[in-house]
Amino acid sequence: MSDSGHNAQLFSESSKDSLIVAASLHRVYDAGEVQVHALRGASLKVNKGECVAIMGSSGSGKSTLMNILGCLDKPTSGSYRLCGEDVASLGRDRLADVRNQTIGFVFQSFNLLARTSAQENVELPLYYAGASGRERRSKAAEALERVGLSDRSHHHPSQLSGGQQQRVAIARALVTSPKVILADEPTGNLDSKTSVEVMDLLAELVDGGMTVVLVTHEPDIAAQAQRVIEMRDGEIVSDVRNGQVGAES
Amino acid sequence: MNLLPTIVVALRALLRNKMRSFLTALGVIIGVGAVVAMTSIAAGAQARIEQTFQQMGSNMLVVRAGSSRTRGVHGGAGSRASLTWSDLAAIREQAPSVLYAAPLLSNRAQVMAEGNNWNTTIQGTTAEYFTIANWSIGEGSFFSEGDDSQAQKVAVLGKTVADNLFGPFSDPVGQMIRIDHVPFEVIGVAGSKGQTGHGRDQDDLVFVPARTFRMRLQGGLGQYLDGSVFVSAVSQEATSMAEREISALLRERHRVRPGMDDEFTVRNLSDIADARQQGAQTMSLLLAGIALVSLVVGGIGIMNIMLVSVTERTREIGLRMAVGARPRNIMAQFLTESVALSLVGGLLGVLAGIGAASWLVGRFGWPMLVQPHMVLLAVAFSAAVGIGFGLYPAFKASRLDPITALRYE
Ligand SMILES: Nc1ncnc2c1ncn2[C@@H]1O[C@H](COP(=O)(O)OP(=O)(O)OP(=O)(O)O)[C@@H](O)[C@H]1O
Ligand SMILES: [Mg+2]
Repeated sequence: MSDSGHNAQLFSESSKDSLIVAASLHRVYDAGEVQVHALRGASLKVNKGECVAIMGSSGSGKSTLMNILGCLDKPTSGSYRLCGEDVASLGRDRLADVRNQTIGFVFQSFNLLARTSAQENVELPLYYAGASGRERRSKAAEALERVGLSDRSHHHPSQLSGGQQQRVAIARALVTSPKVILADEPTGNLDSKTSVEVMDLLAELVDGGMTVVLVTHEPDIAAQAQRVIEMRDGEIVSDVRNGQVGAES
Repeated sequence: MNLLPTIVVALRALLRNKMRSFLTALGVIIGVGAVVAMTSIAAGAQARIEQTFQQMGSNMLVVRAGSSRTRGVHGGAGSRASLTWSDLAAIREQAPSVLYAAPLLSNRAQVMAEGNNWNTTIQGTTAEYFTIANWSIGEGSFFSEGDDSQAQKVAVLGKTVADNLFGPFSDPVGQMIRIDHVPFEVIGVAGSKGQTGHGRDQDDLVFVPARTFRMRLQGGLGQYLDGSVFVSAVSQEATSMAEREISALLRERHRVRPGMDDEFTVRNLSDIADARQQGAQTMSLLLAGIALVSLVVGGIGIMNIMLVSVTERTREIGLRMAVGARPRNIMAQFLTESVALSLVGGLLGVLAGIGAASWLVGRFGWPMLVQPHMVLLAVAFSAAVGIGFGLYPAFKASRLDPITALRYE
């Protein structure tokens, strides 16, 4: 997905274009007697319309970072501003609204509600957004159409393939028109063929102007992103744009 | 936040585990069912008691020989505690609050007519008794004062006796019966009073004039009145006044010294009715209390299952939070579930309770009166149980941390 039209935006450092501004994030897990230092001062800026791939060996803190960016978890220290708003200052209800309106999270394990149709799974965020029944149905149908699953809207997750389930999950992430899609190893549970389907879908979203941050182990998937971040031991060790050698952070 | 989708989600979650939901609701079903059944039966019994006493006459007093405290044990030499026929006359003539007074002598005897045989209670009394005890006449007439003073061999049959001797559709008036081989002419059939609250048939008796009773069926015309005296006060308010007058009169006539026990008892029927009713009320409160305890136990069952459900669905809760559910949305979801569980249980319990009560009524002939306010109370209480015992699990669910919940295994 090479798109030179975005170049100006890519190199812009003005903070009004910065969707995500995270500075020296630390996250310490209390695992019984030992403390695990999963993030050690990670700093990161993501601009509108960017597609960022995060790579790194297992246990390097990628998911920990994604969960904090997705407002599912809070950093032990450090600051995180999303759309100019300091996340640490938000209460439970506002955080829920941010997860609902601003962020679309895609999980490695799909996390669809079992015994619930694709349509209803996609409607779920709209329900918490307070949308009317008609609005929920039409928007969910639209999102399913966008991921190419209109004909499967009444199927339950158990009746769908892995790739289809992940596409339903992406439709669910899209349905409230969020500002950013965060995907933690979206193809981790899929074979290479269905991975391509899901990646094409994400590339399409980026082409449409959506900001996407995704974690992946596959170099060829990362190669499709405009920017690749490498993590090691809870730190960001490289930040490379468009295949060029970037500055160490 | 719209309520309808929350309710739909809750009901769907409950229907997913039908058997478990039913078993959980069973505690509430039994609790509410018991409350409704108990109170329906108790209220029915109470109404029946009330009705019985109404039928007996509310200004009625009963005077019996023997002290209320030492009845049956009393009786040192020469102190035989008995009413005399002149006591009866004195009560009638000297107590100002007394309107009517009549003797009631009682015996069991064999009655024969047209080859039929019936063992029943024979009651010797005078015409005033029918007024005192609120008897109405069905066919023919009651006997008169004259029938009594001339010791006429006439009888008034209770409905049950009439039916058993002559069949339900014939008219026994003018027919002859034999009571212990003494022939009597039937001059009337009393109107039916039905059963008492305890199921005793009030129509299974035969009335004959008191004087005839003494001469033909008792030892003869002695001085002692071997039975009781039924008195009617001039009004319901005057019953306690009449009670005091009779007591004073009899103590004087029997020369009971101050401080000594009476040799007789005067009982006020409205007191007895009140005591009975209070008894029935206490009983129904007690039973309802037990039933409420079982409702609480049902509530604990709901709480237990809701806690299990929250644990089982931790990942689902995490996912809902991840897509934007506020804590109160999660709270509402689980609270709706527990309230639906207990409320449906409560409604089924009402049906079960009414069903059980009417089954018992059919089987044992107990009366029943469904108490709408008790039904409402039971249903409201079951909803309260759902809220009360659902609150903690729902709160627990709403406080989960999204990422911890999503990772839960
Ligand atoms: N809830 C937790 N409690 C304790 N330690 C944790 C917890 N979650 C993660 N960790 C630890 O934090 C470190 C970073 O974990 P994280 O899940 O972020 O790694 P990751 O880069 O996503 O790895 P992977 O590629 O395998 O998904 C690991 O050492 C992990 O063991
Ligand atoms: Mg991970």
